[in-house]
Parts: sequence; C-alpha cells; structure tokens
Amino acid sequence: MPATIERREYVQVHPVQAIHPFHAVMLAATVPLFLGALLSDWAYWRTYHIQWANFSSWLLAGALVFGAVALLFAVFGLFTRHGRGARRLLYTLLLLATWVLGFVNALIHAKDAWAVMPTGLVLSVIVTLLACAATWAGFSTLRAGAAS
Amino acid sequence: MRRANLSLAAMTAFALVLSACGKGAEQQQYGPEVQLPEPQRGLLPSMVIAKPAPWGDKKPVVPQGYTVTAIATDLGIPRQSLVLPNGDILVAEGRGGAGAPKLKPKDVIAGIIKAKGTTQVDSGHRLTLLRDADGDGSYELKTVFADKLNAPYGLAYHDGKLYVANQDSVVRFDYRDGQTKAEAPPVKVTDLPSAINHHWTKAMTVSPDGRFLYVGIGSNSNITERGMTAEVDRAMVWQIDAETGMHKPYATGLRNPTALAIQPGTDVLWAVVNERDELGPDLVPDYLTHVQEGGFYGWPYAYWGPNPDPRVMPSDPEKVKATIKPDYALGSHVAALGLAFSVPEMGSEFAEGVFVGQHGSWNRNPPVGYKVVFIPFRDGKPAGAPIEFMTGFREQDGTTYGRPVGVTVDPRGALIVCDDLSNTVWRVTPAKQ
Repeated sequence: MPATIERREYVQVHPVQAIHPFHAVMLAATVPLFLGALLSDWAYWRTYHIQWANFSSWLLAGALVFGAVALLFAVFGLFTRHGRGARRLLYTLLLLATWVLGFVNALIHAKDAWAVMPTGLVLSVIVTLLACAATWAGFSTLRAGAAS
Repeated sequence: MRRANLSLAAMTAFALVLSACGKGAEQQQYGPEVQLPEPQRGLLPSMVIAKPAPWGDKKPVVPQGYTVTAIATDLGIPRQSLVLPNGDILVAEGRGGAGAPKLKPKDVIAGIIKAKGTTQVDSGHRLTLLRDADGDGSYELKTVFADKLNAPYGLAYHDGKLYVANQDSVVRFDYRDGQTKAEAPPVKVTDLPSAINHHWTKAMTVSPDGRFLYVGIGSNSNITERGMTAEVDRAMVWQIDAETGMHKPYATGLRNPTALAIQPGTDVLWAVVNERDELGPDLVPDYLTHVQEGGFYGWPYAYWGPNPDPRVMPSDPEKVKATIKPDYALGSHVAALGLAFSVPEMGSEFAEGVFVGQHGSWNRNPPVGYKVVFIPFRDGKPAGAPIEFMTGFREQDGTTYGRPVGVTVDPRGALIVCDDLSNTVWRVTPAKQ
C-alpha cells in the first residue's frame, strides 16, 4: 500500500503576535510587587510596626518601575500592525489605571507614620486587583502561538 | 469605553489632588493664643526650597540707626556662638546627622531637594575664635580654638569652664581669659543620645550657678515615622550635673528644642522649639516657651496643648490630656534655631525681650522665617507682636543669600548672628549714643 502522506496546512485565522518575553516579565512583576505592598500594609494596619510601611513604600516603587516599562510596551504596541482592537486597548487602559493609581498610592505612602492609613491600604487593595486584571488581559490578548 | 472614562476620571482627580496642597496665610499666627486650622496635606507636601545666591554687595536689613557687619566669613557652617567674658566670640561650626538612614523612597528624594537650599561646604567640626582687640568693631583675629569636634552646636561658659555640646556628647574645656586655643583635649562630661540623630543639634545652656547644664535633644523623626523605639531619650531637655555628668529628663515632649537660654536674673529656662511638619501651612506653630521642670509638651501625641496628632498610632489619650500649651507661638514652619535674651545696651526698643533666629521654612507656601525677630517682654513674659530685627535674607523670587541660625547678645550691646548658608557671622550694633 502506498503510504499516504498527510499534508498539513497552517492557516492563521487571527493575526497573532507573541507577547515579547521582556514585556511579559515586566507585566507579570507588577502582581507580586503590588500584592506584597498590600500584604505589608495589612501587617502595618494590624501591628503598627513602622517597618511594614517602609516595605510597602519600596514594593510600590518597584511595581511602578516594572509597570512603567510594561506600560511603554503596551502603548507602543497599540501603534503596531496587529495592535488595533478593543482587547488590546482594554489591556492598555487597565495597565494605565493600575499605574496611575499605583503612583497615587506611592505618594500616599510617602506620608509620615499613620498618615498612610487607611487610604494606603484601600488603594493597595484596588491597585492589586487592577494589576491582576491588567496582567490577565495582557496575557490573554497577546497570546503566543497559532490558532487553527 | 467604560474603562477609558474611568482612567480619565482618575487622572483628572489626580491632577486636582496634586494641586490641592493648601496655600498658607500671608500673615503668620503668633502670640500666646492662636487659631489652629484643621490638619491637611495634599498628595505632595508644600515645598518651597531656598535658591542660594552669594550676598555680593548686599547685606541683611536692620532697623534704622543700627549697623550690620560681617565679622567673619568662609566658615565651616557656623551654627551657634558664645561671647566670652573678655568679648571674644566663639563660633561652633559643623553639620551632623549623617547617620540617619533613609527609610523610604521619599527620604531619598526629599533629601536631594532640601540639600539644594543649604550650604555645600565641608563641615568645620570646630570652634573658631573671633577677637576685636582694639574695640573698633572689626574682628581682626580669626583662629581655630578647638577642632576635631563632632558637629558642635550648643555652647556654654561658666567660671573658667567652657562646655561644648557635640552631636553625641557634652565635653568641657578649661578656659582662662584671653586664651585663643584650647590647651588640652576636651574632657567628656556625658554622652548624649545620638543613635540615628535625625534632629542632631544639641542646644545647651548653663544654670546661673554653673551647677547644671541643660541640653536639648531633638526627636528622631518628624512624627514617629522611624518607630517609637527610635524615640527613647529623644524630644526632651536633659538636666546634666556639670561636675559629674549625671543627668535626668528635665522636660519632655519638646519635638526639637533648638535653642535654650536662662532668663536673666532668674533660674527660669526658656526654649524655642521646632514643631512637626506635613500638617498644612499653618500647622504646627514653632514656639517660644519657658520650660517647666517635669512638664510634657506634647510630642508626638499632641501639639499646641491637647490637640491630638492622628499620625501617631497607637495614640495615648493620657499624654494628649497632659500636654502643656506653650507660652508664645512664633508661626508655623519658621524654623526657630536661635534664642537670646536682650540687654538694655541693645537700644530702648529692644531692651527687654528675646531675639529669635529663624532659619526659614521648606514646608510652606509662601515661605516664612529667613529673618531674626525680637519678641518684646513685659514683667518677664512675652508681650506683643514680634518685631522684625534683621531681614533681607531672602528675596521675593526665592533667591536666598543667608539663613540665620544662632543669635547671641554681646552684653556690650551687639547681636551676633550665625548664617549657615553664606557661612558668615554677622554683628548688629545700635548707633553709638
């Protein structure tokens, strides 16, 4: 019997662009950093130990540095060939909101002692949720690989 | 899109909050009774930083009939001075507080910004002696009396003993009239609290009988943001036995007692105290007060009497209740760093009262301080509004030529003012009668 040779054709249904690994790392880093700030805010709230407020401040600063790079990728991505589309825009806006509120939160955390509370803790909860949403949206919009 | 609206709203709110940092009143609150506004702070503290510039041909402005002269320049950050019995002047020079770690990103950024408004010269860590041998008002001798000190600030003299408050200890020199150089290394009287040393200046004065030294020890933070364990033995005035070095807290809750003086003819200790920042442009007034033995003046729990500071947790209602209201408000953020009782030789208008050197604000818009004022006294108590005695340190546009620190009255009729921005010592004298 003659062997059948299967011919496969890959057809790109959606325009696909893999999220750049560097973009991915920057984006993903915002989640543990904002979450860390939230947890240490919680610890300060419970214990009054000032060192937790210091930790929060630095974790927020770190999240803002990584978040800023991810935001640059996201914004420039909007102007690429595959960049248009509601989901890409949603991702970018979520990340922008995360960063802006995160920055406000960093300023709140620059207040002295208990002046951080309770606004700092509330903002940390909101910003952490936003960072999760932005990261979720980012990774599901910028899917790697092909769809058939 | 919903999200788009949301983030636009967030950004608008953000811009509004940033600009919402309150403007301070043009007229500063002063006197024994003041109206205190509610605490407030926008997202950024109000900051107006001095823009240093050389004096050039300019000089501070003094009242009509008074003369001002620079009697020493190019010093290593002059802070406080002392007039010795023979009329020689000792100047303490230095910068301390280098050990205070930066805890938050804010400290790093604020440190860089605030440094723009201060001198960049090296710290002298010494005492310089100035002498006007022929009495013509020009101090022709300028020589190092003692060096290798550690950010000396408070100076006191009694009966052949010269006391110097370094940022970490009180030391004593033997002194005889006419001496221009210490003959031996100093003897330590006692160590002073110096861990972290956020507020490092150790103001000092001596009791009239020479038995006790009073030393002001500032808090280790603005408002406990370094934790309460950092505040052990801080924000208080110590009474130190000059002979043995034994000491006890004399009064507490004084956030940063930056200058101390004994009221002439009495044993009453007076202090100027710098109060807390970041509660708004008109909070909290720096003050002048006589210091009651055993008194508690509020820091950190309360300010200007029993007004609780919400930034201190856990709070302490008992302490808030126990807070003594000080005698006389000098105005919020003026940064009073000098205090000296006057003598009749200063002229009739300035015969009875105190001179107060005000280094000037960073946490207020419009800025305040940057001058030397005179608070008149009647019956041994402050009475009436402050009178501007020495101004012209800062222009309207922010250009700043100098910042007054310590003030000292020469009993022969002169005010000695240290200026730690231009590194100058000024001498103001009334017209000869």
